Amino acid sequence: MEPTSEQLMWMYETMILIREYEETMANTYLEGKLPPNIQKGLAFDIGSGPVPGEMHLAAGQEPVAVGVCAHLRKEDTVVGTHRPHHFAIAKGVPLDRMTAEMFGKATGLGRGKGGHMHLFDPEHKFSCSGIVGASLPPACGAALASKKMGKDWVAVAFFGEGAANQGTFHESLNLAALWGLPAIFVCEDNKYAISVEKTESTAIRSDADRAAAYGIAGIAVPRNDAIEVYEAAGEAIARARKGGGPTLIEVKTDRYMGHFQGDAEVYRPKGEVGELRKDDPIPALGKHLRGRGLLDDAKEAALREKVHARVGQAYEFARNSPYPEPRDALAHVFA
Amino acid sequence: MATARKLTMAQAVSEAIGQEMERDPKVFVMGEDIGKYGGIFGATGGLLQRFGKERIMDTPISESAFIGAATGAAAEGMRPIAELMFVDFFGVCMDQIYNHLAKNTYMSGGAVRLPVVLMTAIGGGYNDAAQHSQCLYGLFAHVPGLKVVVPSNAYDAKGLMIQAIRDDNPVMYFFHKGIMGLPWMAHFEGSTNEVPEEAYTLPFGQARAAREGKDVTIVALSQMVHKAVLAAGVLEKDGISAEVIDLRTLVPLDIDAVVRSVKKTGRLLIADEDYLNFGLTGEIAALVAERLDSVVLRSPVRRLGVPGVPIPYSRPLEQFVVPQVNGIVDACRELMRGKVLRAA
Repeated sequence: MEPTSEQLMWMYETMILIREYEETMANTYLEGKLPPNIQKGLAFDIGSGPVPGEMHLAAGQEPVAVGVCAHLRKEDTVVGTHRPHHFAIAKGVPLDRMTAEMFGKATGLGRGKGGHMHLFDPEHKFSCSGIVGASLPPACGAALASKKMGKDWVAVAFFGEGAANQGTFHESLNLAALWGLPAIFVCEDNKYAISVEKTESTAIRSDADRAAAYGIAGIAVPRNDAIEVYEAAGEAIARARKGGGPTLIEVKTDRYMGHFQGDAEVYRPKGEVGELRKDDPIPALGKHLRGRGLLDDAKEAALREKVHARVGQAYEFARNSPYPEPRDALAHVFA
Repeated sequence: MATARKLTMAQAVSEAIGQEMERDPKVFVMGEDIGKYGGIFGATGGLLQRFGKERIMDTPISESAFIGAATGAAAEGMRPIAELMFVDFFGVCMDQIYNHLAKNTYMSGGAVRLPVVLMTAIGGGYNDAAQHSQCLYGLFAHVPGLKVVVPSNAYDAKGLMIQAIRDDNPVMYFFHKGIMGLPWMAHFEGSTNEVPEEAYTLPFGQARAAREGKDVTIVALSQMVHKAVLAAGVLEKDGISAEVIDLRTLVPLDIDAVVRSVKKTGRLLIADEDYLNFGLTGEIAALVAERLDSVVLRSPVRRLGVPGVPIPYSRPLEQFVVPQVNGIVDACRELMRGKVLRAA
């Protein structure tokens, strides 16, 4: 299954959007967190600045999000991880309300009650969780609901290679296979579970091999490449829509930033990220597009300008939005 | 004209679920042994035959997966009921309950609705030891975002179950094994009572006076209500008039009903089968203490619960730690002798 020209251009633009979004967040996140504006003696203060708390960014992992979401419709469900921005953006979650949520503003997706690991957008059928391995069970539920309602909607659970060692992975794959659910389980293998290398945590090299244990298809995507992810996901999603049950996909991807912002990354060899960035999937796709005559300098410039404006507007919306009233903390425990 | 007949609590729960499944095609049930077996404690008896495997779904022993799936299906507009056999087993799937089911509505600023009923069996008294005898509803009431329902009899069980299924929020529904009316476990007679055939709801947050009295208030729920009523009968012979308040739901909690009763009696015993420490009994005592500007206590508050030990196996040991009728009687007699210091 080959992507159309429109899908190729959408993937390229969306990857650029994700990258710029994450880089902007990396800078924004540092505001107010460094000396001399913080408690004396600290090098960094996680609770200060306009975007406090932990921040997990997905620069480098864009191909996983766009390669899968290029096939999805608004009615399809995506459940993401604690590193959720690339999935949310690729699923069409509005940038302004998503950013406002990270700024803790009343206009945020969750009125400032969730923050960056807990983005909920029922309209675009996106959610995520800060707990490793927690995306798989609710994706099974969304897939079950689709089946019960007689729809051809699918549900995608994204998770990391660290989560593949959680009990929820085994429980969910067995359940989805047993019930023939239209679920796609997409493992982002970025090699590190925070600091622990996959070789130190996992007995096998490719998590796609685990599919055999559930009698379902397992597809390994060995390169961090949007078109390769697109092809693997296309096959899986088409099968799921036709009632052919779940698929497990593993993508070897790269994390260009720390586990969270402020991570000293003592566990990574010096220069590793520089090496990884030589295989940056965004220029790689750009080159492919130019080769096919879909992109030239003028188009590239226009596209980047458009993306830059979108990101700028989202951050401006977030900054200019009001904080919630403190007493709003007491609302929305129940629907 | 609808008629009432006597039903066991298990029959009442299963009837409530069946009636709601007929009314609303979005309602379905998932759990272990809920199909052919009809639920280990009978809560889904006869439903597989009526509704088939598509809606009465036996699950693998994968609680995180199917309880998480209930959350996911509810977010899509379904109304799942999930049964997890024993409350003691929640340890294997607590993350999906307290971090997701309970919090997603809040973290979404109210955008996500999760109409899930999670039902489970509680309680001891039949020597099943520490991993199959706990109550633990206090633990779930402690976590914000879960409604907590703990019925004491078949009539309440049906009305509260229908209310739970129609609620747009996660509801934890706890049935005590010793009042389900099972043919293989001794139970308290009062739990099997008259239940109307038609569907009806009982609102959450409305306690009920299981017995009226004027000298001492006994607050209880679930099986402990029946022990309290038996204790009240014993006390009556001593000339002590005990009022028994059945809380019915912990979240929301009808503290006003408790306070009204204590205003009348001036004496309060909270009798509970959950752990004594940091739980329901302390919560009720604290809420009354916060209202001492409008309540006159004639005696210090008394609490009965399982002291800080796991539920032991051996019969004399278990009966020692789980509050019994005698213990309630003794505590009430002490309350009648109690004195409170008055400020000068």
